[in-house]
Amino acid sequence: MSTLTVSVVTPDGPVLEDAFEMVSCKAESGELGILPGHIPMVAPLTISAVRLKGEGRSDRIAVSGGFLEVRPDKVTILAQSAEKPADIDIDRARMAKERAERRLQDKQADIDFQRAEMALKRALNRLNVYENNF
Amino acid sequence: MASLRDIKGRITSTKKTKQITKAMQMVSASKLNRAEQNAKKFVPYSEKIQEVVASIAQGGGDASHPMLEARDVKKTGYLVITSDRGLAGAFNSSVLRKVYQQIRSNHTSAEEYTLITIGRIGRDFFRKRNMPVDMDITGISDQPDFSDIKDIASDTVQLYTDERIDQLYIYYNHYVSAITQEVTEKKILPLTDLNKEGKASQSSYEYEPNQEEILEVLLPQYAESLIYGALLDSKASEHAARMTAMKSATDNADDLIGDLTLSYNRARQAAITQEITEIVGGAAALE
Repeated sequence: MSTLTVSVVTPDGPVLEDAFEMVSCKAESGELGILPGHIPMVAPLTISAVRLKGEGRSDRIAVSGGFLEVRPDKVTILAQSAEKPADIDIDRARMAKERAERRLQDKQADIDFQRAEMALKRALNRLNVYENNF
Repeated sequence: MASLRDIKGRITSTKKTKQITKAMQMVSASKLNRAEQNAKKFVPYSEKIQEVVASIAQGGGDASHPMLEARDVKKTGYLVITSDRGLAGAFNSSVLRKVYQQIRSNHTSAEEYTLITIGRIGRDFFRKRNMPVDMDITGISDQPDFSDIKDIASDTVQLYTDERIDQLYIYYNHYVSAITQEVTEKKILPLTDLNKEGKASQSSYEYEPNQEEILEVLLPQYAESLIYGALLDSKASEHAARMTAMKSATDNADDLIGDLTLSYNRARQAAITQEITEIVGGAAALE
């Protein structure tokens, strides 16, 4: 079966570069599945997990602040942060989740709701990606 | 002439200073190495994002975004990158001098500009002169992560989006080589000269959902990545500048120790000669 080269790049360096058969991810406009031979495309991604399927293996990557660039034989994911399950700092993610939840519940006027919400999303995303792996 | 003890004391203290500068030189050398690697790791991301942004900006005639269009300038933002610590030669002073002159020649009142500083030295410099520092961040590690400056970068871009500033310049030391760093001025926002930068990509893309919404997400990220790139560049320059400064300090200490040793030996010899003359004189007086 034909494959796609998938590379995941962040400002802190490349996270992954490998051949896979299918990429599925969640773009702002909805779920996207990409197979080899896709037309060139650019789409922004939500804070979500990108799932990569290869020969009998699959990988998950937690991305935030990213977008997807598709070429017929290559998929590039550019993200402000991208982590494989093994690279996720689980304690930090749990703490971030609790902190964000507390902030949202306090409902004080002086906090930035949008920022707290984004932080919560990022933390939940990391936790999900991490736990699915078990 | 200084006494033997004085000279000896100065030699010892110069030697101790030299040990310190030598150690700092070696620490900076290894940090420079790491900083260079970090800057290299960032290259794939910045190239890719530039390529995509340029291809959208070129390809679609109808795509427009506030960040792509110049507007009347009422207020200018200056983002200045300095270090937290000194002892790096002209690293901080040259960048600060440049910004200061630029502001002096372009603006008459403090209403017309605002400063965003990265690094303690820059912040203190502008605060002391009563210039408006809107945001600042200090204590960035020597090997910064993108997450370290994500907040200040996105807040800065937000200033532009909220029309609190109408253009944004960044000032930092560009790393040319281990002995040369150049103060660089770069216009970050609005992104008017996109078409010139970056090679045009061959493929034309399908946009999902559409160009405008992609630009909405992409351009702030692009601007943030430019700021991060400048920070990495500046970090490499900082370590290089410190390494060079410490190297010349070590060399100077060597020279000084040489000179002092010479005068120490002269003084010692003079003292011995004097003693001998005294003994000979005393013996002659007895005969």
